[in-house]
Amino acid sequence: MSFDEASRDGNSPERAADTASIEPGSPLGMVVGGSLSEGVEVKLEGGASVEDIPVGSYATIQGEHRRFFGMVSEVRLGYTDARLRTSPPDVTDPLVARALQGTVAYGAVTVRPRLVLPPVAGAGGELAPARTVPAHFSRAFKASDADVAQVFGSEDESHFVVGTPLDMETKVCLDLQTLVQRSNGVFGKSGTGKSFLTRLLLIGILQKTKAVSLVFDMHSEYGWQGSDAERGRQVKALKQLFGSKVTVFTMDEEHSRRRRVPFDEVVRLGFDEVEPEDIEVLAQALGISSAGAQAVYKLPHHYGKTWLQQFLEVSGSAALGELADQLGEHPQTIAALHRRLERLGRMPFLTSGPTGDSLNRLLEHLGRGTHVVLEFGKYGSSLDAYMLVANVLTRRIHDRYVELVERAAGDNSAAPNPLVIVIEEAHRFLSPQVASHTIFGTIAREMRKYNVTLLVVDQRPGDIDPEVMSQVGTKLCCLLDDERDVAAVMAGASGGRELRAVLAGLESRQQALIFGDAVPIPVAVRVREYGSESSYDELIRHPGARRAPRRAAADDDDDDLFG
Amino acid sequence: MNSDNGQTGDKVAEVVEATSTTFTAQCYTLYGAPPLGALIRAGDPPVYAVVHNVTTAALDPGRRAVARGAEEATEDDVYRSNPQLARLLATHLEALVVGYADGDRLRQSLPPAPPRIHAFVHAPSDDEVVRFTDRLDFLRLLVRAPVPAIDEVLGACLGLVAACHADPEGFMVRAGQALAGELSTDVVRLNAVLTAVLRR
Repeated sequence: MSFDEASRDGNSPERAADTASIEPGSPLGMVVGGSLSEGVEVKLEGGASVEDIPVGSYATIQGEHRRFFGMVSEVRLGYTDARLRTSPPDVTDPLVARALQGTVAYGAVTVRPRLVLPPVAGAGGELAPARTVPAHFSRAFKASDADVAQVFGSEDESHFVVGTPLDMETKVCLDLQTLVQRSNGVFGKSGTGKSFLTRLLLIGILQKTKAVSLVFDMHSEYGWQGSDAERGRQVKALKQLFGSKVTVFTMDEEHSRRRRVPFDEVVRLGFDEVEPEDIEVLAQALGISSAGAQAVYKLPHHYGKTWLQQFLEVSGSAALGELADQLGEHPQTIAALHRRLERLGRMPFLTSGPTGDSLNRLLEHLGRGTHVVLEFGKYGSSLDAYMLVANVLTRRIHDRYVELVERAAGDNSAAPNPLVIVIEEAHRFLSPQVASHTIFGTIAREMRKYNVTLLVVDQRPGDIDPEVMSQVGTKLCCLLDDERDVAAVMAGASGGRELRAVLAGLESRQQALIFGDAVPIPVAVRVREYGSESSYDELIRHPGARRAPRRAAADDDDDDLFG
Repeated sequence: MNSDNGQTGDKVAEVVEATSTTFTAQCYTLYGAPPLGALIRAGDPPVYAVVHNVTTAALDPGRRAVARGAEEATEDDVYRSNPQLARLLATHLEALVVGYADGDRLRQSLPPAPPRIHAFVHAPSDDEVVRFTDRLDFLRLLVRAPVPAIDEVLGACLGLVAACHADPEGFMVRAGQALAGELSTDVVRLNAVLTAVLRR
């Protein structure tokens, strides 16, 4: 852009009105320094103003031999003479102001090169990670729609549109085939749209992958309908949109009937399905001491399979004291443990009678390729119930998957469909105190080995075991305030400092920073619309959506696995 | 001042002393120097320069001018009563070399050789001024010239040149930016120069 053009732009009235006046593809400036780790510094030229280049937006840099793609990670006001700060010029005259802008006082942005693009925008070719930086005086441009589309893919068999970049209209796609191969996390403080994002992810997984999901739906958001508090309306959830591909289990049929929400199955757990390690996970929620949690392990040896029921039936301090003697535990430990576990005895879904084999019914559905949402109803407000059920079921499902995968490896049969388990309040299951010996910690660590991964939904990622966090493949982060949570999410991410700036700049709703395996580079998105009729149509009529023939194939697989 | 000098392209003076960076020319008429900051052209091949100093004094350095107006009513009467003054006094201009013509090309750098003694000095036409100032590299030579009050000369020069351009304001902005580039590490002086430019 010649200077004259630039100055005309600078004076145009539209510029003042339009907040994002730099069109995609227009020049920004010139590379004047920097490094790969810190990013390259681009001195803005022509009409480019710092006010129009938000952190998190994308830029391309035309180097001598390569085109680089990167994210604006810092915006800075520079000057050539430090005295400008102490004796600023009189800029009441427009000539002085215009003479100084861009020369002595200039805007600069830091662009962190992340990918090398094919030489021509939109041309085919592989995207390679950037391992060097563009040379001095390379020209930088605001990334064009074609560039962004090339980086984030377009919707196809494995790519799912999750939203648009904050300052562009191009679609951002997640590679869901990659996503489901590892555990993932949706983080954000309360009310930032985690459930919306999770629902979208589940729809994407349902449509684009062979994986099935099992949702431990604490607040009944994912099965039949969810709530949109902001607009004060109900939105359709998985079952309404995808019918027979989704089965809704409920813990609380009363609650479902009251809400006139259809469900397919009721879950009951037998006392004999609870194991000591389930109690250990619950220790904190139930207020059980560490001595008590250890003592639990002795109970099955003493009572056998129905240990929990028999232990709860013991009454009176004398009987408990006698039991403590037999177990070699302190009487007070056993008495306290008994008191705490009585809460479990009062949970109506725990039964000593027939359970209808909920677990196997659930496994059958998963094996058929049906996605399962387990609604907790009123028990959703009780953390101990949620944790107990999630833990008991997950442990046994995991056992079954291990068995199936090992059998498949032995006789070269098909392995089971990958399973994505969605848990909310994940920091309770994955805190450093319990993550090392709970089933969820195991799943998070062993990754895809047994075709089971987690999708953790959480508002306190700072409380999740760092070892587990390091295994999270893709992180979808809505706004987080707490410094510890932000640090936990950013740990290990390349360019964590710049991502923090982007994260801090997110709006409190419907915006998320996505980084990890499923996107080629970190991206801040405005999450796609969800809740209007047209949005449902778009979601259901997805290009590349898996249709009936795939289901038939899935059914064939089941015969081998579960037949 | 002869305002026509800047417009006609007539010859106005003759070089009497020359170096690679500066020359001095004697004007053909007393007080007939182009204005301070004016762009002039000397010799063939042409050398372009900017007037940075004008002096008028007795031609013979040993004979200083004496006061003659005690009995006269006006200054002009002094000259009318003493017609010999036009011969005894002379106006000289000193100019900073800022470029030269190399065939058809105008270069904004020092010429291979200074203008010859007795080279004619012309005030270029507006078109020629516009053509020469299409680029602003010559400001670099001016900014660094070791002469007194160069900032004032710069201001005067840009004011005169801008008036020749079809879009004086656009030219001024362009010049201001070029100066800001040259003086980017010295904003105090840059402020002074820009102020000098704006005062005109």
